Amino acid sequence: MAAPSRLAGLLRDGRFAVTAELTSTNSADPEATWRLAEVLRGSVDAVNCTDNTGAHVHMSSLAAAHLLVEKGIEPIMQLTVRDRNRLALQADLLGAAALGVRNIVLMSGDDVTAGDHPEARRIYDIDSMQLIEVAAGMRDRGVYLSGRKLEQAPSFFIGAVENPFAPPLEFRPIRLQKKVRAGADFIQTQLVFDVPIFTRFMSMVGDLGLTDKVFIIPSIGIPRSARGARYMREKVPGLHVPDAVVHRLEKTPPARQSQEGIEIAVELVKAVREIPGVAGVHLIGIKWEEGVLQVAEAAGLLPRPTVSPLATVGGSR
Amino acid sequence: MRVIERLVVAVEKPLKEAVWDCRMCGQCILHSTGLSCPMRCPKNLRNGPCGGVRANGNCEVYPDKRCVWVEAWEGSRRLPVFKDHIEHLQKPVDWQLQGTSSWINLVSGRDGVAPKGWEAHGSS
Repeated sequence: MAAPSRLAGLLRDGRFAVTAELTSTNSADPEATWRLAEVLRGSVDAVNCTDNTGAHVHMSSLAAAHLLVEKGIEPIMQLTVRDRNRLALQADLLGAAALGVRNIVLMSGDDVTAGDHPEARRIYDIDSMQLIEVAAGMRDRGVYLSGRKLEQAPSFFIGAVENPFAPPLEFRPIRLQKKVRAGADFIQTQLVFDVPIFTRFMSMVGDLGLTDKVFIIPSIGIPRSARGARYMREKVPGLHVPDAVVHRLEKTPPARQSQEGIEIAVELVKAVREIPGVAGVHLIGIKWEEGVLQVAEAAGLLPRPTVSPLATVGGSR
Repeated sequence: MRVIERLVVAVEKPLKEAVWDCRMCGQCILHSTGLSCPMRCPKNLRNGPCGGVRANGNCEVYPDKRCVWVEAWEGSRRLPVFKDHIEHLQKPVDWQLQGTSSWINLVSGRDGVAPKGWEAHGSS
């Protein structure tokens, strides 16, 4: 069977994949999204379009993902169950497929209280686990959750997320297993700053036999300053930033902190790459696409394998 | 039937509210969640904790409260028969059952009815 996407093809070939997060824009002008995406072209295999990240409103991930498809950059569309009920979620999944989006990552989403509309009604009609099953049902059985048949089933490469650092730590690998059983093909994790905890998580995941069933892609954050690292530690839900990382940046003169951040990220990439079962890395330069480029280069991840994007993006209808 | 249902709810609701802070979803899965009611989770998660659980085990949304799923995990470890039921994939909530008696829905089999497009991987 043909791989549904370039990312799927690379991972199934056993290639070490590199993905990155695109900063969501607040512009009605598509050029704003394209400008940021162009920075990443060629240095990563696929690009995440976030869904109201941190519960702050931005352009929809569906629209951003389609803008990338138009430019031949492979998107990974994130979709949360926070803002949509089961009807809207399925409608957007099918619409995304029709617009050429193949990679999706399904998640609960940060709570509305973390964002710029804390007074909003949260939806959570179904949970992220159930959404994975729904997407898999659309793909594999060609039906909506209601059982009604689709005229043409989508060919998704289904992703999910896991946070190896949030309690209960012993339950996390089991929750991951549930996601795999529901239909997840790949996992992008929460940002890894604490390699020992992540290593322990991966060993538990390996003990469950999951590393043969799902591609696990840890996220690597690229701190740009000590202030940025402190913000992540204190304000971002579920993010575990060890004091050592913050101290290391604080000891660095402000003018050199972004360079130190790159070095931290490069060290992390090299460390997680050694862990059995790690299939790639997901680079997150917080509003800093150039940082992704520098880390990819310094960590020896370039050049990316040349697969014609036309072969997969928007193809295999 | 209406009268019977109201009588059962009159018993079930105060009892389960007092013991488990029950939200009367009408499709109880307490035995699969370590006797910690998942409907107390602000995200209504039925299949495990979100990624926002704080390092001290408290809720992302309510920093002073224990995460419902941290309690569920610990509770499940203490359950003799249903310990591993926390691994089951729970079907989507049927919001039509909100406020009805889960006891009656259990006896009638109504609480086991999943949407037709849902493939069961192991129910509650």
